[in-house]
Amino acid sequence: MTGKTIVELKNINVIIDDLQILKNISFELETGKFYTMLGPSGSGKTTILKVIAGFSQPTSGEVFFNGKKINQLPPNKRKINTIFQDYALFPNLNLFENVAFGLRLQHKHNSEISDRVSQILDLVQLNGLEKRSVEELSGGQRQRVAIARSLVLNPKMLLLDEPLSALDAKLRKKMQYELRNLQQRLGITFLFITHDQEEALAMSDFIFVINNGEILQSGTPVDIYDEPINHFVADFIGQSNIIDGTMVRDFVVKFVGKTFECSDAGMRHNEPVEVVLRPEDLDITEVKKGKLTVKVKSQIFRGDYYEIIAYDEDHNKWLIQSTNPVKDGAIVGINFDPEDIHVMRFGEKEQEFDARLETYED
Amino acid sequence: MAKFKHFLVAAPYYLWIGLFVILPIGLIFIYSFHDLNGHFTLNNYLNFFKNQTYLLMAFNSLCFAIIITFISLIVAYPIAWIISKFQNSRDFLILLVIMPMWINLLLKTYAFIGIFSRNGTLNNLLASLGLGRHQFLFTDIAFILVAVYDQLPFMILPIYNSVITINHSLINASFDLGASKTQTFWRIIVPLTLPGIKSGVQAIFIPSLSLFMITRLIGGNRVITLGTAIEEHFLSTMNWGMGSTIGVILIIAMILIMLLTKESK
Ligand SMILES: Nc1ncnc2c1ncn2[C@@H]1O[C@H](COP(=O)(O)OP(=O)(O)O)[C@@H](O)[C@H]1O
Ligand SMILES: [Mg+2]
Repeated sequence: MTGKTIVELKNINVIIDDLQILKNISFELETGKFYTMLGPSGSGKTTILKVIAGFSQPTSGEVFFNGKKINQLPPNKRKINTIFQDYALFPNLNLFENVAFGLRLQHKHNSEISDRVSQILDLVQLNGLEKRSVEELSGGQRQRVAIARSLVLNPKMLLLDEPLSALDAKLRKKMQYELRNLQQRLGITFLFITHDQEEALAMSDFIFVINNGEILQSGTPVDIYDEPINHFVADFIGQSNIIDGTMVRDFVVKFVGKTFECSDAGMRHNEPVEVVLRPEDLDITEVKKGKLTVKVKSQIFRGDYYEIIAYDEDHNKWLIQSTNPVKDGAIVGINFDPEDIHVMRFGEKEQEFDARLETYED
Repeated sequence: MAKFKHFLVAAPYYLWIGLFVILPIGLIFIYSFHDLNGHFTLNNYLNFFKNQTYLLMAFNSLCFAIIITFISLIVAYPIAWIISKFQNSRDFLILLVIMPMWINLLLKTYAFIGIFSRNGTLNNLLASLGLGRHQFLFTDIAFILVAVYDQLPFMILPIYNSVITINHSLINASFDLGASKTQTFWRIIVPLTLPGIKSGVQAIFIPSLSLFMITRLIGGNRVITLGTAIEEHFLSTMNWGMGSTIGVILIIAMILIMLLTKESK
């Protein structure tokens, strides 16, 4: 099943009132995978969904579904269903009729409708609530109705617009597992939208990071976390220390006045760069054993670790995760391995980035 | 003590309701059981249901009210819908709808006499196009047209108010699940605007049952509806008892309609 392209966007631009909302978006989605579109609010995520679902016409560019161009196809003719940000359940219909809506439109027999609806309600664990008004349902239940209403039509692809953002933290975690599970069991393609990077990392096969209507980086969660392309992505995904530095030569980078061995290459000699070090990759040690010396400013207990804020002699702020507490005001050393250093060039585009990585990674 | 204070504050309103709502209805009720000589009688009611003319009038009133309400509805719905689409100027457009309501009904009715009469605007226009002059005034069609024109805002406003509260993602969701525009209209939009439709129907149907001024001035000097019959009994034949009886029957009909179109909650 997987491996076949189901949806493809080619050079999609959306311009509304002279405002460029999407900039040259191109990507391919394969069947059976869980994709996530990750970006801050207002970055254009919903607009991409609308282009795929057919609610929005791109100013230029092409949309393909199973290899056929569908720019002109109205939303009700596309075999794609959307879970709307506010769920959009019909308040004039009860739970059962909401789920049956699409089947009624197809003039299916009553017996077939009740069979398929009850089957899908079993799947999302809503059976027994058929007669409820949708206004009496909790947030989690509404969301499941929205999903059931789409799934009952056997769509090839589901678009989910921040479906979890209205739920409380606990339910949210639970629904993350349930959605991921559902997607894997049914084997249909999900394009999931979120502004929550943790959610994206936890759920996806593949992530698109979007900002200001542009896809900045795409890849597996591990790729994006370990090798963010620029300051924005490094900062947006996970916690990070981003320090100005200089690429002395291949595999040698200089920051805070010292040179370090690293695992990046392919840049100009002495090119100004930014260096990313993740807080969990830093270890606290004695000053003389450390690669850098910092002064501890404050710390917070986070349950399974202490989050320490410290400053080096150049006044760079360092975020460090440590299993043991340290004294406020203490001078300590920090240690890290060459692989923990990730070097980013200014203004590098995804294609150049990927090409450069090809040249020295195996 | 608090109760007494409450009563003092509310007293003017009770007085108002008593004097101008309860008392008149009570009087009408009492009158309806009296004959021309002031003796108690049930004949007014018996007459109403035995006499073909009254039943025909009731039937006429009902038919006109249904036609007027129905035409208002199918004219008002698209207007309300289109106005709601103008995100930036819809408040102004609604003001345009409301404005004619500020003009006295009699004035508007006279304006229509000017338009419809033998030498009026409409006939002048037709004549200049070589289509000849026609009788418009004192026809049922002219009566219905003016009644619809006059009451249209009462249909547009409640429908407009329910249209603008529809969440647009519901319409998108309907398309998303495979509905065509027509299906979305009947299955989602109409049910969601039903409260507005009901208020509009109430606001037009009930007054339409007892129209008399438009009936007289535009529909011609004929006694054709219950409204004109009441006017005739009170002002010409001075049979207040019979006029009141028709009034009571109309009030009962109105209460029934209110109950029928009430929000089922
Ligand atoms: N119909 C529209 N008219 C004008 N601007 C719009 C319209 N739709 C979206 N935008 C703008 O486009 C940008 C992206 O919107 P959206 O795709 O909804 O972002 P997201 O879903 O990532 O929060 C926002 O700045 C928003 O204000
Ligand atoms: Mg959005």
